[in-house]
Amino acid sequence: MAKHVLRGVTVVYVLFLLVLPVALITWRTFGDGLGPFVEALTSPSALHAFKVTIVVAGWAVLANTVFGVGAALLLVRGRFPGKRLLGAFIDLPMAVSPVVVGLALILVYGRFSPAGGLLESWGVQVIFSTPGMVIATVFVALPLVVRAVVPVLEELGDEQEQAAHTLGASHLQTFVRITLPGIRWALGYGIVLCLARSLGEYGAVAVVSGRLVDQTQTLTLFVEERFQNFDQPAAFAAATALALIAVVTLLLTKLLRPKDRIDGN
Amino acid sequence: MAIEVRDVNKSFGTTPVLHDVSLDVTAGSLTALLGPSGGGKSTLLRVIAGLERPDTGTVRISGVDATRLSPQRRGVGFVFQHYAAFKHLTVFRNVAFGLEIRKRPKDEIRRRVMELLELVHLEKLADRYPSQLSGGQRQRMALARALAVEPQVLLLDEPFGALDAQVRKELRTWLRRLHDEVHVTTVFVTHDQEEAIEVADTIVVLAGGEVVQAGSPGEVYDNPANPFVMRFLGPVTEIGGSLVRPHDIEISPDPVDGGSPAVVSRVVRLGFEVRVEVETGGHEAWVQVTREQADRLGLGPGDTVHLRPAPGARSLALAL
Repeated sequence: MAKHVLRGVTVVYVLFLLVLPVALITWRTFGDGLGPFVEALTSPSALHAFKVTIVVAGWAVLANTVFGVGAALLLVRGRFPGKRLLGAFIDLPMAVSPVVVGLALILVYGRFSPAGGLLESWGVQVIFSTPGMVIATVFVALPLVVRAVVPVLEELGDEQEQAAHTLGASHLQTFVRITLPGIRWALGYGIVLCLARSLGEYGAVAVVSGRLVDQTQTLTLFVEERFQNFDQPAAFAAATALALIAVVTLLLTKLLRPKDRIDGN
Repeated sequence: MAIEVRDVNKSFGTTPVLHDVSLDVTAGSLTALLGPSGGGKSTLLRVIAGLERPDTGTVRISGVDATRLSPQRRGVGFVFQHYAAFKHLTVFRNVAFGLEIRKRPKDEIRRRVMELLELVHLEKLADRYPSQLSGGQRQRMALARALAVEPQVLLLDEPFGALDAQVRKELRTWLRRLHDEVHVTTVFVTHDQEEAIEVADTIVVLAGGEVVQAGSPGEVYDNPANPFVMRFLGPVTEIGGSLVRPHDIEISPDPVDGGSPAVVSRVVRLGFEVRVEVETGGHEAWVQVTREQADRLGLGPGDTVHLRPAPGARSLALAL
């Protein structure tokens, strides 16, 4: 009996929270055939939003990959005071609301702050522009690569690296030939997660971008703006596109799950 | 001298690990660093390899001061207890690693690697990955990998420690033969005195972070510097206030000069040898005799016998 109740609750839960919304969006999107969907997504505004999303997410993923691998190496291999503090700081973006992040960035890099003013005098505009959006996205997706790589690096140990050193390899050669291949699956997993998070980011980017249509509008902002302006076909088309990207990345993470690949050759 | 270690001190945090350690290793020798765990032997080996930096003191390799050199410039081969195999590379690529780093021509690498794989009997497994090898095979691969770069010294850290007893014994004999073929100066760490005596031509006993004694296996076994070394190198027992090897004791039914009386408590037959357990001077001791001797004496529990160290036997007086 209890089993049936549990099953019923689960089905209702999943139905109302997941299946129904996704199905409705898909139905609304493709209700009038593929034509309107393609048309809505190829409007100049939509294409521009795609471009901005890809640029911002691309830079954010690149930055977080480089930083993530470096921070993971530092956390696992390094011995320095404040290591636990660094570990805690890296997890901070998980706990802080993206809107807060956005506001904080405006405080630091806005036109009327010292740092922002200085950058502005050099001709670099951070807030209401791509750099600010990249920084915001980097911040919210910061822990993903680090947290994917750290356990694998711990599991790997440092004996292989020491062996490589005694065989004449420099630090860079050891990293490229030994460490990187050792963490490649975990790194791939972290990068995909980071990409998914960056593509879907809304709150922090909404604050720092200023939501300038055809300028700083990402795909998520585009969905919101179109919806507010009663252009539902465009909003739903873009939302479906985002959902499709999410499904693809989800499949990729399943493929790359580090647990299954830890000693896969 | 292939390796000269002078007055090396090393601490991890506040724990001292090596204390004023000096050591000479002659070129072409096979030296064992022997001692109980925590004695500092692995740390000393890692200091020689450059994987640890000494707090004070110097390390010279082939006459060159290597104290400040990174491991990659020392010309040492290092073999780890847990193999440190490059898991994502085949056996061939593992062995070729050092040569590829040195950018040797492809055909030279191929020739050299196959030569080494034949030396360690892995030529048929060149295309396998480490995960497809047994422990003994992985360790032989690691040895070939270390030898590939023609190191000036070969350092092995408990090389057989992770293997089961049978494979351990085989690899021991094999290492000795390999050394006779290759002649590279070799230092290996072990806590197994039998392994050290069987394989090495010099034994350095390390305990509490200090070198307690160094010499040939025979010297160290027969002339131990102190009771600790004597106990560590082989079985000992105590009679008449001295530490003696149980096989160096004369046992007789009649009183003898310099003998101590003892009462037999048990006679244990272990194949070719017989272990006679006795009580003497208020404590337990034991004597190892041959089966023939035991039969001749006809010993049984409760018999009174007289014990003394055999003539020429080494014994150490215990400070009372």
